[in-house]
Amino acid sequence: MARRRYTSSNWSLLLPAARDALLKLAPRREIRNPVMFVVYIGAIWTTISVINAFMRDDPWTFACQIALWLWFTVLFANFAEAMAEGRGKAQADSLKRARTQVFGRLLRDGAEIRIPATELKRDDLVVCDAGDVIPADGDVVDGIASVDESAITGESAPVIRESGGDRCAVTGGTKVLSDRIVIRVTSEPGSAFVDRLIALIEGASRQKTPNEIALGIVLAGLTILFLLAVATLKFYADYSGAAAQQDISRFVTVPVFIALLVCLAPTTIGGLLSAIGIAGIDRLVRCNVLAKSGRAVEAAGDIDVLLLDKTGTITLGNRMATRFVPAPMYMEQHLAEAAQLASLADETPEGRSIVVLAKDKYDLRAQRLTPSQARFVAFSAQTQMSGVDILESDGSVSLSVRKGSVSAVRAYIESMGNTFPKELEPDILAITESGGTPLAVADETSVLGLVHLKDVVKGGIKERFAELRRMGIRTVMITGDNPLTAAAIAAEAGVDDFLAQATPEAKLARIRLEQSGGHLVAMTGDGTNDAPALAQADVGVAMNTGTQAAREAGNMVDLDSNPTKLIQIVEIGKQLLMTRGSLTTFSIANDVAKYFAIIPALFATLYAAGGWGDGPLAALNIMHLHSPYSAILSAVIFNALIIVALVPLALRGVAYRAQGASRLLRRNLLIYGLGGLIAPFAGIKMIDLVIVAMGWVL
Amino acid sequence: MPSGDLIQILIYFGALAVLAPLLGFYMARVFEGKKTFLHPALSWIETTVYRLGGVDPKAEMRWRQYAWALVWFNLLGFLLVFVLQLVQKWLPLNPQGLGNVPWDLALNTAVSFMTNTNWQSYAGETTMSYGTQMLALTVQNFVSAATGIAVLLALARGVARKTSATIGNFWTDLTRSVVYVLLPLAIVLAVALVGEGVVQNLSPAVTVNTVEGGTQQIPLGPAASQIAIKQLGTNGGGYFNANSAHPLENPTPVSNFLEMLAILLLPAALVFTYGRMVTARRHAWIIAGVMLILLLAGLAGSLIAEYQRNPILGDPVNLEGKETRFGIVNSVLWSVVTTAASNGSVNAMQASLSPLAGGVALFNIMLGEIVFGGVGAGMYGMLLHVLLTVFLAGLMVGRTPEYLGKKIEAREIQMVIIAILAPSAVILVGSGVACVLPVALASLANAGPHGLTELLYAYSSAAGNNGSAFAGLNANTPFFSITLALSMLLGRFVVILPCLAIAGSLAAKKVSAKTAGTFETDTTLFAVLLIGTILIVGALTFFPALCLGPVVEHFLMGLGRTF
Repeated sequence: MARRRYTSSNWSLLLPAARDALLKLAPRREIRNPVMFVVYIGAIWTTISVINAFMRDDPWTFACQIALWLWFTVLFANFAEAMAEGRGKAQADSLKRARTQVFGRLLRDGAEIRIPATELKRDDLVVCDAGDVIPADGDVVDGIASVDESAITGESAPVIRESGGDRCAVTGGTKVLSDRIVIRVTSEPGSAFVDRLIALIEGASRQKTPNEIALGIVLAGLTILFLLAVATLKFYADYSGAAAQQDISRFVTVPVFIALLVCLAPTTIGGLLSAIGIAGIDRLVRCNVLAKSGRAVEAAGDIDVLLLDKTGTITLGNRMATRFVPAPMYMEQHLAEAAQLASLADETPEGRSIVVLAKDKYDLRAQRLTPSQARFVAFSAQTQMSGVDILESDGSVSLSVRKGSVSAVRAYIESMGNTFPKELEPDILAITESGGTPLAVADETSVLGLVHLKDVVKGGIKERFAELRRMGIRTVMITGDNPLTAAAIAAEAGVDDFLAQATPEAKLARIRLEQSGGHLVAMTGDGTNDAPALAQADVGVAMNTGTQAAREAGNMVDLDSNPTKLIQIVEIGKQLLMTRGSLTTFSIANDVAKYFAIIPALFATLYAAGGWGDGPLAALNIMHLHSPYSAILSAVIFNALIIVALVPLALRGVAYRAQGASRLLRRNLLIYGLGGLIAPFAGIKMIDLVIVAMGWVL
Repeated sequence: MPSGDLIQILIYFGALAVLAPLLGFYMARVFEGKKTFLHPALSWIETTVYRLGGVDPKAEMRWRQYAWALVWFNLLGFLLVFVLQLVQKWLPLNPQGLGNVPWDLALNTAVSFMTNTNWQSYAGETTMSYGTQMLALTVQNFVSAATGIAVLLALARGVARKTSATIGNFWTDLTRSVVYVLLPLAIVLAVALVGEGVVQNLSPAVTVNTVEGGTQQIPLGPAASQIAIKQLGTNGGGYFNANSAHPLENPTPVSNFLEMLAILLLPAALVFTYGRMVTARRHAWIIAGVMLILLLAGLAGSLIAEYQRNPILGDPVNLEGKETRFGIVNSVLWSVVTTAASNGSVNAMQASLSPLAGGVALFNIMLGEIVFGGVGAGMYGMLLHVLLTVFLAGLMVGRTPEYLGKKIEAREIQMVIIAILAPSAVILVGSGVACVLPVALASLANAGPHGLTELLYAYSSAAGNNGSAFAGLNANTPFFSITLALSMLLGRFVVILPCLAIAGSLAAKKVSAKTAGTFETDTTLFAVLLIGTILIVGALTFFPALCLGPVVEHFLMGLGRTF
């Protein structure tokens, strides 16, 4: 699988992100984030009060320091968002290049007209020859061509697109490499697949997801609460000052109160919230999956039932020969030899696997036969058999071997007046029951035996399903096989359930059934007849090789067209939600330490004996911070720096492990809950030591 | 602390642990419309009420209908209490010939009894006639508690039901709570209290000659019937001014024990009722455990503070202002229980508690009256915190947060935030404004941090619908009457209405299947999380205010300074 890897490191994104952080200071952009908007207003207010103090010749340096750090807080949050957006831009740019300056050859009344791609409308017919860039999304209505889709998928190998069937969809911006096709345009100008991808990756069309909105409400609520707590503290302070007959106005000032508010408000998560969301979508993009909305990424985390196609996801795409079962009176080696001979020209993976098996078991070298020595009989729909006729030098047939399905060979043998050996019937049954497929091998006169073809379950997939089970996700295998075969493979692969002889209708019904039981279902699909099921599923991942209808119906598109990706998608969804929750917990837990820094500083001298020196509340200065000035400043600096420190975590996401809910919770709670409680005590103390040592503060 | 005290505490919680689950299961049967052993005796009352009110007990209500019914019913109750006070002079059952109540006090009292607060800016024996006490106040003691239960039932149905548009019938819930729960319990308790010597008559006050040769008026009246429901319904409004410190309201250690038990009985039992109704019994036990832990932590803190030598008084134990007949433990236990449970009755003066014990009482109320809390109100208040906890912690397992299978999304979380924010905002703004307004400061009996605590306590008590007073504050002024009435209204209805909205929104949702990836709410880990959320939200909101009130007072006491 060729996967596009971005070579640009995070370092190269720093400079543009820093510039974007400044641009984001425009009020109309800040107001989108209520928590940071409060900090923004606080920074402006503090700056004004610094200027006032400066004009009046009042002390202003301390307030100025606070103001500076408040601005840094705002900038750091902007920076986090810009960083997250920057990572998507690289891909968006390459997509944009694919889109620019394309002309389409519009077919109208049999004549070709050359018009810019942007003027193409739905249902227009355009023609593309080798070397043309396909001007718009559409379905091939005539012809067959190989298409280079690397601009979209990063996959360099060309794909075949042809009219009719499930391979008819082409994407604007991709390039025809050979042949000529006629395409009916299926998208309106400006809303083509590429346009939507660009918008999505750039975050321009980014809408807040449901969970993000809910979390935003909590954060705004907390901010209001702290706003009230800080605003009313002014009154309590005035009361207390009057009661103590003291002047405590040195610290009961606007900058200090704003500093307290900013420290208490959940700025850490508030500043990183949108970056987390953008980074989540970006992580999907990196594994070549495009979610059409952030909502779909969130839903992926909730999935608890996966519908997986058997072929290609659970088993290797093809069945393999695993055993020879000779008929009575025949040697196994003889059968192997015949089977190998019959498969020499069979280039299908099944045929090749027979050749390999014969070689491995009996060291039978595949013989080279020239056309003069042999005539190959290709598989045909009528005979359902393939094989070889060995020719004498005079051209007469000396030996004729056929292999094919049991029923075809039975018919072939019986048509020659011979009988199919009864002794093989139990073996046929056994192979079928075990989920395998029996092939019969025969010469002109009699059946030599059977070849046992088997679905081979992918290595490691069983462990993967066990992992999913621990995460609380149930896997359902979808297969067109009969129930017997399906059950056998299901047992071998370790899936929880299976749907045999699945039709698109049965798939849809199954999804509805699971959903009515309260489950959230994810599936992959590519065919047009998968579209209803893809639309019904909570997360429907369409293969990029699939039809336009499938790609429209799903809420994600996998550019690699790899159905196993579904598992990764679920993990990315979970990781996104976990990152949000963990950083929120961290942010709120931080407040405890900040209180213990600022409140004792604010009221250090209150009720002091004789109105001088340390008052009783100085006892709450459990970190032994140097002075009220250094305490307040340390808290503000910590609050600003922690945003920057957590940017990598927000972009990367918290570590995800396939574990049950309770273990995940315990782990995250320990790291981000307890860690969030303790870390700021250490951090604030350290900053206090540093700024005092550097002499930056009284 | 003497071991006898410990034994009393053990007996108290032991009795509670036995009675609460039993009563809870009984109530679950009642509210699910099943027959109980009391139905043969009482069901005729229920059916009569429905017939008189023209109520179809089977009709289901959407949440807005439920909310309207509740609001109208409460408004009616308010008007009745308000008007009865204004005209009591001309009504019968007024042997003392008490005058009409001034409008601002009547307003405050009407709001107070409607909202299950029972804040009293008046002295019962010298202000309210027997008629007012019985027809206005006692009736409200029943129905305000029943209102709380109804909200909890609606919320429980919201959680339990699957894709349902309705959340029950308010009239049915109200009637059943009164007929099968409050009335029988109140009768049993009233009879027991009369047996212990609580007065219950309609005689005028008697004048007696004291041993010292003076004369004293001893107020009488229909006290036992009101005290029983005041304790059971977490109302707390005393018949007499001294509340349960009055010997005719609380004469013996047995009556003291029964009254204390009655405070927590229904709030604790409703936790189990909820567990049954949403078929999550383990979850209910976890919640009950969380409440108990918070209560015991407060109790321990208070007892430690009380048993410390007071450096100013120098006494080994601080008996000033305590219920001297029953001892420190019974005073402290009562103070903790009554503030935890939004009851508000007292048998000692809260202002006389040591600063930290007073702080515990204050913090209990500030937490939002969820440590058992008011009847119904405590549990639905706790559920708001449960939802908040589920939302914050639920994300950490990588799924959209779910509570008992219901997804917690923007709508619910918005209502949760409003309901948690409202009482806190009222406390902060109310006391903040009061502590700089001269008109309010004139009512303070104490200066310094203690005065601030009195103001904080008054607004906390009102917003939390607790009703206890810190004493020392003369709240019978137009300023306090009106601002406290407003606080009580906001603290009650800005919690109830969001709760009903949540009930409606949850009821309409489908239930997600439980898997290994589901966030569990019936584990000790969840209990830890819930306690953490409650304490952190409470502490973060009130830490600065508490520092300038009880905390600094405690430090100053250590330094021997008073104001």
